[in-house]
Amino acid sequence: MSDSENPIREAIQQAIADHEIILFMKGTPEAPRCGFSARTVGVLDQIGKEFAAVDILPDPRIRQELSAISGWPTIPQLFVNGELIGGSDIVLEMYESGELQEALGVAAAAPAPDAPEADGAPLQIENRLN
Amino acid sequence: MPTADELKARIEAGIPGSRAEVQDLTGGGDHFRAEIVSPAFAGLSRIEQHKLVYGVFGDEIGGAIHALSLKTTPERAT
Repeated sequence: MSDSENPIREAIQQAIADHEIILFMKGTPEAPRCGFSARTVGVLDQIGKEFAAVDILPDPRIRQELSAISGWPTIPQLFVNGELIGGSDIVLEMYESGELQEALGVAAAAPAPDAPEADGAPLQIENRLN
Repeated sequence: MPTADELKARIEAGIPGSRAEVQDLTGGGDHFRAEIVSPAFAGLSRIEQHKLVYGVFGDEIGGAIHALSLKTTPERAT
């Protein structure tokens, strides 16, 4: 960890930059601690791409810094390619409309002829910010 | 604890031209679902639309209003 004024904020920003798909949630994908987080994980599991997950529960500062960065007040928060996609409502809506699959570069129900290729490396990353 | 009616009133007051339907999902006053239609949402991404709604409540989101599920629809003013 670097010695800086706000190591938690930096760690969060780094994590967002380092992972194509990263979900800040309550609990873990295997054991979500809230219904909204569980639903969001469920959608990501359906899509099947690997994603990083950060449990915000261990330290209340994580949530604080995250909301300061994203301007979004609630958990979960899904970031794709460094950009906030939204919370569980938005993720679910986008999944149902196929927009989420498009954003993640996977085939939706009706595959587009020039869907972008985004072959994620087969990594399962679970990031815990201390 | 807010009621669904209070939330509806505040949303409609806070977002121009909006119509809101708010349900108390648990009956416990802490977990609501709001469906909102407003021309103010036109041209905004979903995130921006939701932020507009959260902005009505400010700090209360996550606090007094523990969970507010949103469905926002832009509507063309006719």
